Amino acid sequence: MEQQLKVDFENYVKTSKLSSKNIELKRVNFNHFLEKGFPNKRDENWKFSDLNHIISKNIKKLSFYNDFLKSEQVDESIFINNLEHNKLVFVNGKLEKKEFNHEENNKVEIIEDFNLLNEKININSLTSLNNAFTDKHYNLVVKKNYTLKKPLVIYNITNEDVTSKNLNLRFNILLEENSSLKIIDFLDDKSKNNFLNTYYKYEIKKNSILKNYKIDRKFNSNIKYFYNNINQETNSLSEIFILSLGSYFIKNEINCSLNGKYASAFINGIISLKNFQHHEIKTNINHLAESTKSYQLIKSVLDNESKAVFQGKIFADSKAQKTDGYQLSKAILLSNNTEFNAKPELEIYADDVKCSHGSASGNLNENSIFYLMTRGLNYQEAKNLLINGFLLDVIEKITDSEIKKIIKNIMGFKE
Amino acid sequence: MKESYNKSLTEKEVENLKNYKYGFSTDIEEVRAPKGLNEEVIKFISKIKKEPEWMLNFRLKAFERFKKLKEPNWQKPKYPKINYQDLYYYSAPKSMKDKPKDINDLDPKLLETYKKLGIPLQEQKRLNGIAVDAVFDSVSVATTFKEELTKKGIIFCSISEAIQKHPELVKKYLGTVIPLTDHFFATLNSAVFTDGSFVYIPEGIRCPMELSTYFRINASDTGQFERTLIIADKGSYVSYLEGCTAPMRDENQLHAANVELIALDDAEIKYSTVQNWYPGDENGKGGIYNFVTKRGLCKGNNSKISWTQVETGSAITWKYPSCILKGDNSIGEFYSIAITNNYQKADTGTKMIHLGKNTKSKIISKGISAGNSDMVYRGLVDVSSKAENAKNYTQCDSLLMGNKCGAHTVPYIKNKNSDSNIAHEATTSKISEEQLHYCQQRGLNSEEAVGLIVNGFCKEVLQQLPMEFAVEAQKLVGISLEGSVG
Repeated sequence: MEQQLKVDFENYVKTSKLSSKNIELKRVNFNHFLEKGFPNKRDENWKFSDLNHIISKNIKKLSFYNDFLKSEQVDESIFINNLEHNKLVFVNGKLEKKEFNHEENNKVEIIEDFNLLNEKININSLTSLNNAFTDKHYNLVVKKNYTLKKPLVIYNITNEDVTSKNLNLRFNILLEENSSLKIIDFLDDKSKNNFLNTYYKYEIKKNSILKNYKIDRKFNSNIKYFYNNINQETNSLSEIFILSLGSYFIKNEINCSLNGKYASAFINGIISLKNFQHHEIKTNINHLAESTKSYQLIKSVLDNESKAVFQGKIFADSKAQKTDGYQLSKAILLSNNTEFNAKPELEIYADDVKCSHGSASGNLNENSIFYLMTRGLNYQEAKNLLINGFLLDVIEKITDSEIKKIIKNIMGFKE
Repeated sequence: MKESYNKSLTEKEVENLKNYKYGFSTDIEEVRAPKGLNEEVIKFISKIKKEPEWMLNFRLKAFERFKKLKEPNWQKPKYPKINYQDLYYYSAPKSMKDKPKDINDLDPKLLETYKKLGIPLQEQKRLNGIAVDAVFDSVSVATTFKEELTKKGIIFCSISEAIQKHPELVKKYLGTVIPLTDHFFATLNSAVFTDGSFVYIPEGIRCPMELSTYFRINASDTGQFERTLIIADKGSYVSYLEGCTAPMRDENQLHAANVELIALDDAEIKYSTVQNWYPGDENGKGGIYNFVTKRGLCKGNNSKISWTQVETGSAITWKYPSCILKGDNSIGEFYSIAITNNYQKADTGTKMIHLGKNTKSKIISKGISAGNSDMVYRGLVDVSSKAENAKNYTQCDSLLMGNKCGAHTVPYIKNKNSDSNIAHEATTSKISEEQLHYCQQRGLNSEEAVGLIVNGFCKEVLQQLPMEFAVEAQKLVGISLEGSVG
């Protein structure tokens, strides 16, 4: 792998139009990844999901050089119907289409930035990999006092023509003061056995609202890692919803820092697996200012030989008095070969706080099934009803009614 | 409740305990092994204890392994590197060289020490119904109530004695729960352990009294490496208590014990600890590093092991009393109160490994941190795919006093069985103003009110302790938090 990495990196440096300073930065990142490699289970963060093992088992020959000059057709059939929305379409890691028909001019901007930010490189080796191989950053800016009229759907599509086994994407989102944005991340894969490494960075300024719905619905053999870094200022709000159904492996990692007073973060997620899949959600909520609030609810339903992991952490700094932190993870294990691992963690340095977490896992309650069967449902129907009820609880947390409807449709729930 | 609390804080006692009452040291002649850790020292220990060859081989094998192991550093409380060559691995009162046959032959200074500690060794002053094994630095100095226990066939003696008198039992069980190859500190212990208690309860016997060991570190620059082995044969029951203190010294001292429990079919072991090692002074200088490995194996069906601990002492407490629930229908329990004040640090919790069918475990952990201290609950609940119908309930609550301390909860939950039922709950909070106000309205001052609330917070665990200990522990809880309310 190392040889391939070096060849691809040099190849990439040669063909790119980057300044020597940027190339130097990329080289620092590249060397960091070269040194660390893919994380394995010795890494506390990856204890339950050995990415190194997963990648080497499923991807025969890794390659990293992605030809960004090649253009791809956009397959419009996958677009979400019955929802008016703005579009950004990425095909194989390259932006192929942008459409903000519903918005005022100059209020929303997409900037393609070739300058690499001089960031701390040691977040983890995968962000270094991302920094080393992305040709540019996509920056989305929502201007002051502007609320987008329609949600923005970011289609992240891969197809068979992908030239590299590893695709990296870097997206920076800035919400200026008093602005508001709804994003749906919509994943669709036709490629097989690729590793997708995506890094989102959100800056949410004062009084702004971000709602982000991440939908991974179709079964595919890809391995995905989503790193979301969120910084929130005073009185800002973020709502993240993760629907994790499709990929062979996906890890959604959310690192959210509540830097200003009254900032709040809501993270809800569903992992529902029916195949040989392995999904993980990891959250890290940093309460760094007074009177901040966070709420997390993660529910999993596992069948066949699937595996789900939830690692959640609430951190309260000694300055963060009056913190309100809540976290609950629940899992239903339907088959004997499933596995659910959880590590709900609290790290508290302030005394005037209210922090709690709960975690429960087990099978469906036989008594409840029996009750429903006495009412005339058959066994399978009774089971489905209970599972749907279990998951609906999370979906009801979605505050946007249109999007809630779409997600219910995807899950096959009736209105 | 109010009454008992007030009682626990009489002026004199507070004065006494503010400066760690057990902080004296006994000036007594000692025999020490040469400083450092090498094969010679291990052979010296083995020789002075007149051990058979298999025991020496056990130690040497552990030492071989130890040389290859690296000191772990994943724990939250970090400590300066320990120089393992700069410690004495064996220290014993000189008068113990030829062990006295009778308690009356003991060095009077030793008796005096235990009297100061409130541990009665002499016949006339014995507590009713508690048999005591006292360990002073590296050796067991006295075991009481021996005859009465012998009548029932119960073996309660120091482990060195057991190695000589009951080698077949020791050989069969030693190292079966904590194998030689386990981890750094456990392996170190296997190589150099000096003394500890050995308990064997024969089939169908219910031990008529509480068995108790009292550990005391006296000498400076020594590590205490005791080893306890408790075997409860089929259908037996035993309740075992352990207490610890050490003198005040500026340097840190290491305590790395191994405790192995084995419960066969239908047996029950209840193990209670009140740990009050010297915690260091208010600036965090000195104190004991309490790195202990405690593990129980529910080997037989329907067996039960229950750990109860009250951790108030030590500069750093780093231990996870665990249960391996191997037998079907076996039960593991863990009740813990950990209190840290000043610069104390604790990283403690439990592991419940469910292997058998219908196994149950329950974890109740209460953490209280004050001052500049830092506390971690770290636990593992692991349900294997064969552990059908396993049940676990975990509750860990933390209480914070002041904003310079920390309280952390790090539970690991691994579930591989769809028939299992695992529930975990944790909360972190402070004592609410309303509760304080309510108590103060009824005439308690703020310290009394806090004490009352804290005792209520811990009650679930305190109830699990045997009577005599419960009273002591309740006092300790109040005293450990002295001066933290303001």
